Amino acid sequence: MLSQPIKLVYDYNIMPSENRLRPMVLAKSLVKGYGDHLAVDGIDFAVYGGECFGLLGPNGAGKTTTLKMLSCISPLTSGELLLGGRSVTEEPHIVKALLGVVPQEENLDDDLTVLENLVNYARYYDVDAATALARAWEGLFLFQLGERADHRIETLSGGMKRRLLIARALIHQPSVLLLDEPTTGLDPQARHLVWQQLGALKQNGITMILCTHYMEEAARLCDRLVIMDQGKILAQGTPKELVHLHVGNEVVEMPSSVEMASNLVRMARQKGMEVEEHGDTIYMFSPNEQDDSRISELAAEQITVRAANLEDVFLRLTGRDLREE
Amino acid sequence: MRLPTYRSAKVWRRNRDVFLRLWKTEIGGIIAEPIVILTALVFGLGSYVEDISGRTYGEFVAPGIIASYAMFHAVFECTFSTYLRMETHRIFASIIVTPVSVEDLVAGEIAWGATRSTLTATAILSFTYVLGMVSSPWAILIIPVSFLVGLMFSSIAITITAIVPYLNSLNNFFTLFITPMWFFSGVFFPLNELPAPLSTLSWLLPLTSCVHLVRGLAFGHIDLSILWAFVVMIGFSVCFMALAFHVMRRRLIT
Repeated sequence: MLSQPIKLVYDYNIMPSENRLRPMVLAKSLVKGYGDHLAVDGIDFAVYGGECFGLLGPNGAGKTTTLKMLSCISPLTSGELLLGGRSVTEEPHIVKALLGVVPQEENLDDDLTVLENLVNYARYYDVDAATALARAWEGLFLFQLGERADHRIETLSGGMKRRLLIARALIHQPSVLLLDEPTTGLDPQARHLVWQQLGALKQNGITMILCTHYMEEAARLCDRLVIMDQGKILAQGTPKELVHLHVGNEVVEMPSSVEMASNLVRMARQKGMEVEEHGDTIYMFSPNEQDDSRISELAAEQITVRAANLEDVFLRLTGRDLREE
Repeated sequence: MRLPTYRSAKVWRRNRDVFLRLWKTEIGGIIAEPIVILTALVFGLGSYVEDISGRTYGEFVAPGIIASYAMFHAVFECTFSTYLRMETHRIFASIIVTPVSVEDLVAGEIAWGATRSTLTATAILSFTYVLGMVSSPWAILIIPVSFLVGLMFSSIAITITAIVPYLNSLNNFFTLFITPMWFFSGVFFPLNELPAPLSTLSWLLPLTSCVHLVRGLAFGHIDLSILWAFVVMIGFSVCFMALAFHVMRRRLIT
């Protein structure tokens, strides 16, 4: 099933190349407050046509709130938010027509079948009945749900529901697809299938905004991303840039119980490396470093030297404390 | 204030489609229950009751049953069913990210509640007509009036639904408001049988105007008082619809 290449059978508002230079989504000094608490605290970002833009952050970082403001279901406290040049505050019905939304919580219509879910949802976007039916079948075929067309929603697996949510969000051929943790709760097989399908959509030029706290997902799909915490943007760039800038190419990990640990830490510091201790593990990074020779010099027993990844960046920037909902 | 648009029809159509798929389970509530209660009242209780202002008890109670079942169908639809769509199935969350606004959504739900009222009122009206309990040609107007009864009670019900914290909280709406109102709005006995302050107060209940209007049409008693009842129903409908838009927006848009 996974080996089949995915071919798109219909046109997803493919971006003309000049649009790739123009922001599809633009946030300026965006603020959202609930009482005294600022869920989003003055963020700026731009998403260009055809790119996949990631919003990363721990729980409570303000990712979902940002998506809610963009989908016009949460009024801005201040700032500006534009989609295709249209303000979410001034022209919500136009903005909503340009957006496809894949929610974090499954909200398919349990009273309707799989196919009816798509056809009925198309109606909300003024898609005519014949077009809706044709696109619904295309969507089911594309997301490998064709055999389930007449089934009830409750008979679908978690992965199928998630794919149906994506198919539903595409039914009106939106310009921008919002994905709020599209693979949370899925098993690895289902997750990989969703990633593959999102990758195919990206190849077809659809603009995507992806909220996630799976670093692997972000590294795989996002062209650019921001890391948020407590309503603020801490860093932004391509996944590679961020890793290089904040952690370097390799990370040294060792248990703090290692004999000579303090000597090794001193050596690392002398070499200009950054050291962090969390629980019983010591991490050593060399951010923005071209030459990795000094890391390998430290290599010894019980010491792991591994490739740095986005998760290291994420944990360095947002801290290792546990986040409650 | 934001007003609903043509998009409310899409919400109505979604509910209609589900209804048509499940009609076999719905049909009992539409016809069977009111017929059972009407049979019990007319042939059971009615045989002990004297004529009321020259009408048999069946003729007296039938319009009351039509009005109150129009009410019940609207309030059940726009409390429990609406709440389930909103919270349990989260369908509202999926709708409001489309170009359908909260006002479109609420108006569509209200219109659907009113449609259910019309369906049940039409069914009972036909049944009572066949049994000769309703005979005036004016009675045909009960069909559009039942839609208004539905609009009014759907608006009231959805206002409540938008403010309750839990599904079970809706029970209070029935036990403290709907059921008592049913007994004090002239469905089962003429209101002038009540002690003076009570009979005056009962005119404040929204169902009282509905019963008065439907009974006037069923009897063919067309006078200024049924026009007043009509105006009161329009007033309740407009006020509660506006309130429903407001409280539902506050619940869904955060």
